[in-house]
Amino acid sequence: MNRIGLIIKREFLSRVKKKSFLIMTLVGPILMAGIMIAPALIAKTASDEDRTIIVLDETNFIINNIKEKDNLHFKYLDPSVVSIEQGKEKFKDSENYGLLYIPYRENVNSIQDNIKLFIHQDINLSTQSYVEGQIESIIVKQKLLAEQIEPEKVEGALKTNVNIAAIKISEEDGSVEEKESRVEGKMGVGFVAGFLIYLFIFLYGAQVMRGVIEEKSSRIVEVIISSVKPFQLMMGKIIGIAAVGLTQFLLWIILTFTIITVAGLVLADPMDAATIVEQQAQATQNPEIQAQTNDIMSKVSVLFGDISFSEVILSFLFYFIGGYLLYGALFAAIGSAVDNEADTQQFMLPVTMPMILAFVVGSSIIENPHGPTAFWFSMIPFTSPVVMMVRIPFGVPLWEILLSMSILIATFIGAVWFAGRIYRVGILMYGKKPTYKELIKWARYKG
Amino acid sequence: MDLFVAKNITKQYGNYTALNNVSINVPEGSVFGLLGPNGAGKTSLIRIINQITAPDTGELIFNGERLKPQHVAQIGYLPEERGLYKKMKVGEQAMYLAQLKGLSANEAKAKLKEWFLKFGMETWWDKKVDELSKGMAQKVQFVVTVLHNPKLLIFDEPFSGFDPINTNLIKNEIRELNKKGATIIFSTHRMESVEEICNHIALINKSNKILDGPLDEIRDQYRTNTFEIEYNGMNGELHTKLPDNFEVVTMEVPMPNKMRIKLPEGSTPNDLLTTVLPHTQVQALNEVIPSVNDIFIRTVENA
Repeated sequence: MNRIGLIIKREFLSRVKKKSFLIMTLVGPILMAGIMIAPALIAKTASDEDRTIIVLDETNFIINNIKEKDNLHFKYLDPSVVSIEQGKEKFKDSENYGLLYIPYRENVNSIQDNIKLFIHQDINLSTQSYVEGQIESIIVKQKLLAEQIEPEKVEGALKTNVNIAAIKISEEDGSVEEKESRVEGKMGVGFVAGFLIYLFIFLYGAQVMRGVIEEKSSRIVEVIISSVKPFQLMMGKIIGIAAVGLTQFLLWIILTFTIITVAGLVLADPMDAATIVEQQAQATQNPEIQAQTNDIMSKVSVLFGDISFSEVILSFLFYFIGGYLLYGALFAAIGSAVDNEADTQQFMLPVTMPMILAFVVGSSIIENPHGPTAFWFSMIPFTSPVVMMVRIPFGVPLWEILLSMSILIATFIGAVWFAGRIYRVGILMYGKKPTYKELIKWARYKG
Repeated sequence: MDLFVAKNITKQYGNYTALNNVSINVPEGSVFGLLGPNGAGKTSLIRIINQITAPDTGELIFNGERLKPQHVAQIGYLPEERGLYKKMKVGEQAMYLAQLKGLSANEAKAKLKEWFLKFGMETWWDKKVDELSKGMAQKVQFVVTVLHNPKLLIFDEPFSGFDPINTNLIKNEIRELNKKGATIIFSTHRMESVEEICNHIALINKSNKILDGPLDEIRDQYRTNTFEIEYNGMNGELHTKLPDNFEVVTMEVPMPNKMRIKLPEGSTPNDLLTTVLPHTQVQALNEVIPSVNDIFIRTVENA
């Protein structure tokens, strides 16, 4: 096996075999899946049990007007027979979820501020907002009636919901193509891709630096470079750690999906599954429901349909690797220049600043992905991996992508070369903290 | 034949000249001492031999060929700044370093087993370097340096940091390797430490080579015809019986019956004996041979 291969293998295996790698690989997906599953789980347990709310309505507006929902039921007390004190006594001993009390007021307008709900335990937020919404609409109706306006007419007017379809016209092969365009999906895809690159560069770039410092402080580095060129050692380390990062991300994605799928199967009980099948069967027969489903499907396709996923994935891989190589080389140079991690501070700033800037610009240009800020920051190689990834789902002209990629390639070749020159001198220097001036001097040394 | 030749090597770091037109010839099978004070340029020269850095000007020849990257497989190097990966297992680490030197995995394993057995280190294979004592780690370090049977072995300050037991063990191993044909370069500022094993030396001072050659010849050059005599009787008074051209160099104060005498050119120790025998009983007579350290100091002073 050739020597750089040996180095890559060692860098990769020594990290993958660590306990911390195993723990991170397992904990990451559990957290991610947890974030996705938890809301569903909470909603499910919350709606499982039957709840009954007793209503004591002295205004007589509400009685029998609240719509029942899923597991939420309403029982009404007769206000001419039961007082609120008696109602409370009765509620205390009952299994009921809550006691809704609407006291009588002369003025319709002051009813809304005096409604109370007595409960045993803390109230479920969705139940509260549901009850509030119901009472609100009933009171609105009463107020309109008091003004002698027919509620039905107003209702129709209030239910106006404007939905503008944004159509993007692009010219391809002379024929004009119209695509319905939605930005939410693009924002999501662009932001996630940009953020992953940012995270990857920071996490694994710092690992390159730590690896170099480890070799220096354990004094093994001179033993190794008597067998291989310093540049081979540096590149072997950068590539080996990239492989660790890619492996970790791949495992995260696979494990997250596995956990979500398994959890989905376990959580959905057979009864539910049966109902879904039944509903689907009905849906195929019922044209109205079928139309609804089609509508949802078409909305999803509008959300993401405009994005060229092959383009996104290919450029993601490119910027992922290109950006990491650029910063990984700089991190390696920093690691070689110092004796321990505490001394890295002064050199870290100029490397981390552009990264943070890239992230800030990336989050802000999402509103205007084709403006001049977006353009220039997606050309500057130190910010382009993040900023360009945010832009790509919105559709970027091919020449811009190619130009940005070429600049990135040219810069990382330059950075790797420059870092290599500092590295070969730095790894053999112990004891003194170099200045920037000295680093430049190192890069100029011959041989 | 010379195994390694460096011709007119110059190396500059910015404005600082680390090596100024230095040439050395290391004969095959020799134990070559590269001697000089700290900062003289020894490590710079050694890094050039190991192709860690390249000289600005000059020529390097290994075994009759121009020095090439492939030659690293025939060179073993124990640097002054040395260590091992602390979190890596001993066996894995030794395998890695051996393979970097060009051994195949199988060769490396077989050779390591042999050396580990020889040094009684068989049980260390699966231990992390962290768990070894300093002396144990030094043994591992030595084994990986010599494992690939290099033609040329280079030790930079080899005994700094080694405990006396390991120093002895390693001195013997080095002699053994030399007997089997390996050429050895020692670099050190502690000149007395290698005097007994070196047969060739080069002295380096302030980036310049000031002296080199076989140790015996150099010593011959620096002999001053001085003898140390130990006697009985005539306490402290023997020098009064010597002729004028016999120069008394030192008279040991705490031991009045011992002194050093420099003889004039052409005189032999026999002349000294004939002069003193009638007056005293001679117990010992030795030639005062200059130490490398003396030679170094005198060369620097004369330069």
